[in-house]
Amino acid sequence: MTIITPDSRGSAGASKPRVLLTYLKRDRLALAAAIFLAILVLAALLGPWLVGDGASRLGLRQRNLAPFAFEHGWIYFLGADTLGRPVLARLIVGAQNTLGIAAAAVFTSMLIGGTLGLVAGYSERWYSHLILRLADVVMSFPSLLLALIVLYTLGPSITNLVVVLAITRMPIYLRTARAEVLELRERMFVSAARSMGAGPARILLRHIAPLVLPTLVTISAIDFATVILSESALSFLGLGIQPPDFTWGAMVANGRGYLATAWWIAFWPGLAIMLTTLSLNILSNWARTVADPQQRWRLQTLRKAAR
Amino acid sequence: MKNAHNPIPKGEGPILKIEGLTVDFLSNDKPVRAVDNVSFHVDRGETLVILGESGSGKSVSTSTVMDLIDCPPGDIVSGSCLLDGTELSRLNQEARRDINGRRIAMIFQDPLAYLNPVYTVGRQIAEVFESHDAARGRQARANTIELLRRVGIPEPESRVDFYPHQFSGGQRQRVMIAMAIALKPDILIADEPTTALDVSVQAQILDLLRDLQRETGMALVMITHDLEVAASMADRIIVMNAGKVVESGLAREVFSNPQHAYTRRMIAALPHGDAAETSHRRSADATGETLLKVEHLTKEYVLASGAFAGKRTFKAVDDVTFEVRKGETLGIVGESGSGKSSIARVLLRLNDPSSGKAIYAGENIFEMSGKGLVAFRRKVQMVFQDPYGSMNPRMNVQAIISEPWAIHRDLLPRSRWRDRVAELLDLVGLKPEHAERYPHQFSGGQRQRIAIARALASEPELIVCDEAVSALDVSIQAQVIDLLADLRTRLGLSYIFITHDLPIVRHFADRILVMKQGQIVEEGPTPTLFGAPQHEYTQSLLKAVPKPKWLMSTEAPSATPGELRARRARNGGMAG
Repeated sequence: MTIITPDSRGSAGASKPRVLLTYLKRDRLALAAAIFLAILVLAALLGPWLVGDGASRLGLRQRNLAPFAFEHGWIYFLGADTLGRPVLARLIVGAQNTLGIAAAAVFTSMLIGGTLGLVAGYSERWYSHLILRLADVVMSFPSLLLALIVLYTLGPSITNLVVVLAITRMPIYLRTARAEVLELRERMFVSAARSMGAGPARILLRHIAPLVLPTLVTISAIDFATVILSESALSFLGLGIQPPDFTWGAMVANGRGYLATAWWIAFWPGLAIMLTTLSLNILSNWARTVADPQQRWRLQTLRKAAR
Repeated sequence: MKNAHNPIPKGEGPILKIEGLTVDFLSNDKPVRAVDNVSFHVDRGETLVILGESGSGKSVSTSTVMDLIDCPPGDIVSGSCLLDGTELSRLNQEARRDINGRRIAMIFQDPLAYLNPVYTVGRQIAEVFESHDAARGRQARANTIELLRRVGIPEPESRVDFYPHQFSGGQRQRVMIAMAIALKPDILIADEPTTALDVSVQAQILDLLRDLQRETGMALVMITHDLEVAASMADRIIVMNAGKVVESGLAREVFSNPQHAYTRRMIAALPHGDAAETSHRRSADATGETLLKVEHLTKEYVLASGAFAGKRTFKAVDDVTFEVRKGETLGIVGESGSGKSSIARVLLRLNDPSSGKAIYAGENIFEMSGKGLVAFRRKVQMVFQDPYGSMNPRMNVQAIISEPWAIHRDLLPRSRWRDRVAELLDLVGLKPEHAERYPHQFSGGQRQRIAIARALASEPELIVCDEAVSALDVSIQAQVIDLLADLRTRLGLSYIFITHDLPIVRHFADRILVMKQGQIVEEGPTPTLFGAPQHEYTQSLLKAVPKPKWLMSTEAPSATPGELRARRARNGGMAG
């Protein structure tokens, strides 16, 4: 069955960002997700300037202050933790470290894992086997143990934390990319490109990578939460980020012991992690639809015929 | 088979009646009308053929009957589908599902894609019985074996436990047919059931469908783009073009006295035997110098090799020798599995040969590497059978056609790409503004034109066409072949034209090789080969082309559907 749709350019001559904006407006959920993420990024950039030293100031009178109370000012709206520090201020300041570490780790592992996966899937030479066995080694080794060993020997620092997180998450991207490449390289348009004289680099970058990328982006959106939580686990063991610096994950870990008496200490950072991941998921789903010419109609105006 | 809990009573009159059906597909601009005010009906025991090119809306109209259209992007604007007098669109999901499979069944073009590869065929057929509560367990299995025997699968007792990939293309289609007729439906919709098959297998499947129809008295709605298949099956025929029914009537009348211009053009394009002898599509003189010389080419595939078992090999191409001259078209004809596509892939270095030589412009293709190979790939281009598959779905036409220039940087400066793409699109009969569109927005014929434009972009000397027109309908086939012939004259190209369709090469090829099981069984100039085929395989290929139904029937050809029905009932009675 062939479905012929006419020219998909909605508004001829419109610039690309404007078209993307139109598509974003069409998907309300994606628009909300984008706005939420934009606010987060702004908070991460401007947070310290906005709340000053509010995040680390102790307030013994506000210890375990319940949320939704205004008598201590808007900064205590979400309550305070065991040392009387306002949760809202800590969320805003913690966003910088949390998002920075997670984004760096996810991006690095996606880039390296994806590239190695492309090579491992396309090439049949010795190094493609080597890459796969390396991935197997990383996968079969308990990731927390690996992180412990590396951070213990190298010493805890933000860079080392990112490196360790990137390495432990890498095999997922590598395996997925390779599996997709194995299927795509048998497709007719790859044969056609080869018969035209295209080299391996061109085939991988121009023909295969654009079709693998949406899958990797979707995985990375899901992985974002895993990375935030692994980072908090490492911080909990004293190998991650060092106090007085903190992240959302560390905040969840702190509040863990007070769930029965002061649920809000762990709840708000947990909610922030969930909403971030959810927004990333929704947005990556939207991006996948935009990138696929055959799915793009879902974001376009569908005008029905008069009847 | 009468069923107690059948929600719809069987009445008189046409079994299926579609009136004023209009289906749109929504998009960013105004909706595209896929089916426009289509009405037709099918009587019991009758064969209705819906004939039209790809994109003419023939599949969409029958998919609506089966409720297979996704809405959106689909949008049923108006129309009614009456099954035995019951309006289908008013039924709820449950009742609609009960009709699918039990009263209306469908078979598709590509059985491999519609059979689940991880279940045995027996289980998939038994599922039909079980999902409609017709039989369970042992009984379902026994019924399945009986069905497989009926559709002509040898040794059904053991093959019922085979997986789809263990069957040949024709057998897979038989399995699909077995699945469709499992519950003895009133209507069988066959969507291009033989398009992917060879001529001789096609003839067997068509025979099977005719026999089954005679036995069960079901109505058969057959969708095809192939005029010969249509003629050999149809009692009545409707011709569709651009979503509209342009002509309808008894098959014999439509074929012998077409009214609408589109039908006339299509019937005129049908390659008729003797007219081909004076065809202008062959090259005027084909005595140029030798361009490509293939010597003792062999391609073996290793089927299984274990530590203890010896290697088992399969010779796809077995000691093949031929040559192509400048400005000549060489046709390679054979059924699937005869090794003709392997030759194309080996010649383009997509696969490596086992042994043999291929001399192109003084150099052995198989020893080329690096720069030499890149230069060779600029001179020789390939047009694939499936134009949609051979284009990256994420690239627009501009990017697809300019790819050869991106690969061979010295061919054309980037600033001239846009103009040249417009020129090439014009050359193959498309519009320059199509450059911004994506492959899925074109019809099959248009896509093949884009593929040809891409092949021409690097200014090649030799184009290998692997089943390049097999998936297109006759009028488009004729257009594409005219285009190729015209380009050959103007640009001095040579072609290797690989096909399973003999009538087409008769028009177009100067010399023909007939291949069977990897070997060349016959070779010669086209008129000689068609006039006096020497090898019995060539003779059988020539005979397998379907003959019109009204010529096969010994009874009065002017029989009305009613009389046909009565005749079928009689035959069915005798068979039962």
